[in-house]
Amino acid sequence: MPTTSDEVLIGRIAKSDRLAMEELYGRYRVPVYRFVLRMVRNAATAEDLNSDVFLDVWRQAGTFEGRSAVSTWIFSIARFKALNALQRRPMEELDDEKAGAIEDQADDPEIALAKKDKAAVLRACLLKLSAEHREIVNLVYYQHKSVEDVAGIVGIPEATVKTRMFYARKKLSELLTEQGIERGWP
Amino acid sequence: MSTAKHSEPSEIELLLPWYAAGTLDPRESQQVEAAIANDPELAARYEWVRAELAQETHVSEAAGEPSGRDVKTLFAKIDALPTQKSRASIDLGARIAEFLAALSPRTLAWSAMAAALAIVLQAGLLAGIMLKERGAGGYETASVPANVSGDGAYVLLRFQPQASAADVANFLETNKLSIVGGPSAGGLYRVRVAPTKLAEADLKRIVNTLQDNKVVGFIAATE
Repeated sequence: MPTTSDEVLIGRIAKSDRLAMEELYGRYRVPVYRFVLRMVRNAATAEDLNSDVFLDVWRQAGTFEGRSAVSTWIFSIARFKALNALQRRPMEELDDEKAGAIEDQADDPEIALAKKDKAAVLRACLLKLSAEHREIVNLVYYQHKSVEDVAGIVGIPEATVKTRMFYARKKLSELLTEQGIERGWP
Repeated sequence: MSTAKHSEPSEIELLLPWYAAGTLDPRESQQVEAAIANDPELAARYEWVRAELAQETHVSEAAGEPSGRDVKTLFAKIDALPTQKSRASIDLGARIAEFLAALSPRTLAWSAMAAALAIVLQAGLLAGIMLKERGAGGYETASVPANVSGDGAYVLLRFQPQASAADVANFLETNKLSIVGGPSAGGLYRVRVAPTKLAEADLKRIVNTLQDNKVVGFIAATE
């Protein structure tokens, strides 16, 4: 049951209130971890980045001006950390691509079976999206961020948010087509 | 809405993902709802959006959670920081005052709903509700105890914000549904609609039936 607003907690964290930090962390540790993990595709890295995100929250709480929701601020920090991590290890990302939860195994019987299951194919295609598209798809579909929230997190205009999401879906459609599922446009 | 040339998506089409996620303002939401109702092609595309949302949720939740050592790790990092602020004293009286001030009527309403849902969930588990397909007309209850941890047919469901606790409880009871997980960040609950895995068409039929209920804001089949 939510009892204290995020803004109140941030105010307390700015005064080094550890209990407030624990409460805020309890609220966001899982969604932020899952967002970061969708970006970096490595659980150990995601967990490390997750604590770095909240370390920044602890350190910067005093500078939070309330221009956006606390959650938007936290996710924007998380995004920044994830992108930095991806830039630091471009080759590792390629490795992680291979180690994704659903791998590209064209001749594997399990995949052949999965292709009969539209949902499984759709999941496989979601995992194959680029970081830019994974990011926006997760924010919209899983984190339930509004157009305005996504604009604040990603740092792009609202119109661009809408078109980026559309092109992410269009790419998804192309990936589905490659797997033999034709859903039309997009 | 004509999309035959597929040159540029319409504004309504761009908004479909947020409509599915329940994050549009009421005016936009009504516009999208009306457009879907009047455009079968758009309605078909919306079905794909719903499927995408359900599978992104599946992928994200399958990712699990941090290891459990994460809280220690975080506070170890915090403790390693140079002391930059004085520790604030924690005034219990002020905390209680803030707590009470933060409780809006809406919060209280949702608190009541959460309590009601918890009761319904427990009741569902104890009663061992089972659903059995009975053809095109829908599904019926059976008296066999539910298998709460094994196979089953599930949906992701978000209730309308204005739905009362009584409405939700009645909806769950009437349709013999069990909440088995959630809510996620977006208020989505994982709800079991049948004790055994159903064929895609059968599950879709149940989804179609349930989505007409006034308390349902979003519903999609999941695994």
